[in-house]
Amino acid sequence: MLKELKLTVNGQPYELSIHPRALLVEVLRENLGLTGTKRGCNEGACGACTVVMNGKSVKACSVLALSANGAEITTVEGLANGAQLHPLQKAFLDYGAYQCGFCTAGMLMSCKGLLNMFPHPTNEQIRDGIDGNICRCTGYNSILRAVEAVSRGDYKETK
Amino acid sequence: MIKDFEYFGPKTLSEALGLLDKYRDDYKIIAGGQSLLILMRQGLIAPENVIDIYGIKELNYIKSDGKKGLKIGALTTHREIEYSELMQGPFKVLSEMEHLLSTPQTRNRGTIGGNISHGDPAGDPAPVLMALGANVKLASAQGERIMDMEEFSIDYFETAMQHGEMLVEIQLPAPPPHTGAAYTKFNIIASDMATVSVASCITLAADDTCSDIRIALGAAAPRPMRAKAAEAILKGKKITDALLKKAGQAASEEAEPVSDISASEEYRRELVKVLTARVTKEAMSKAKAG
Repeated sequence: MLKELKLTVNGQPYELSIHPRALLVEVLRENLGLTGTKRGCNEGACGACTVVMNGKSVKACSVLALSANGAEITTVEGLANGAQLHPLQKAFLDYGAYQCGFCTAGMLMSCKGLLNMFPHPTNEQIRDGIDGNICRCTGYNSILRAVEAVSRGDYKETK
Repeated sequence: MIKDFEYFGPKTLSEALGLLDKYRDDYKIIAGGQSLLILMRQGLIAPENVIDIYGIKELNYIKSDGKKGLKIGALTTHREIEYSELMQGPFKVLSEMEHLLSTPQTRNRGTIGGNISHGDPAGDPAPVLMALGANVKLASAQGERIMDMEEFSIDYFETAMQHGEMLVEIQLPAPPPHTGAAYTKFNIIASDMATVSVASCITLAADDTCSDIRIALGAAAPRPMRAKAAEAILKGKKITDALLKKAGQAASEEAEPVSDISASEEYRRELVKVLTARVTKEAMSKAKAG
């Protein structure tokens, strides 16, 4: 039986009818067409599906969509402000903080969750912050450098 | 793919207890879902009714009651405990344990009550709660009962909760002065579950003899367990390295580990031996400082 789900994604309110078994990642990708959020391992291990929910990073494959009723979700599509990239996105570009790019959406959202908690994270906090995200190209150091650049204020956030 | 189920999202405890009573025979409670959804996706469990308690705000709290100790609502997230300023003195070990539990995303979503109700013997919170002498409060439509954390975990993925009951609160008694607590786990990847974990909480008397001690082991038996033979070796004594070694040996003998993909039984016993001595020494130095 379908159930009603109301949630806000990237500032846009949605009202949907979904199967209770649907996971948040499925609703984002399949119902809303927001395919920036990647489905990797699908069992909470890889972090590719990370989104920010009510200000905190979560794995969208490990949240029942109905459990997100009333929540505010930010996906990677919601990071940029129009054509203006988010500081994290700019820094990822400048520091070459990805290779194949599959982990990037999740990495960015974990880093966004980290910056929400600690606007100027230390190197150790950054390492902890991306502990739940696997980059199989092993490009971790450039990701660290990118987030460090944001942390020390090399990139100004544009509203 | 997860099998279809009926979904209920109660917003109050009494609403939830009413649902547990009504669907007594076939339901599963979901909190953060960080463990349960994995099992549902693998098809290991397929409940008819899923009761999602995550929206019950009244079960998300940490209260410090001076001399009485700490009370933690079952739906408090790992992350909230990790960064709570109430985790002071020996309770700091809870925050240290949470920092070692899984990944930031899982800690942001997962709850301490969900973790111990899941009943995985490799879970991080249970041994620490046992070492700190915690009680758990269970509620049902019929009433409430309080149980020692030690009696709560029975077997692999099995707790003492009856059908119709749910965990609502964790209660931690205020530790006496000169108490120190420490937790350590061994694993290959930092965010993994423990291969073996040990928590130790020790209270020292004025002459530095051990007046009280609780040691609890994770992933060393089908349930988190107290290492009582090891405790008996240390209690009432002035603790030396030689005595710690003996206690480690005793813990290793009373443990009931199994061989699995992470480690053999023999290897786990060796880990219990080494980690028991090591973490108790750390707890002792904290007790001296405190």
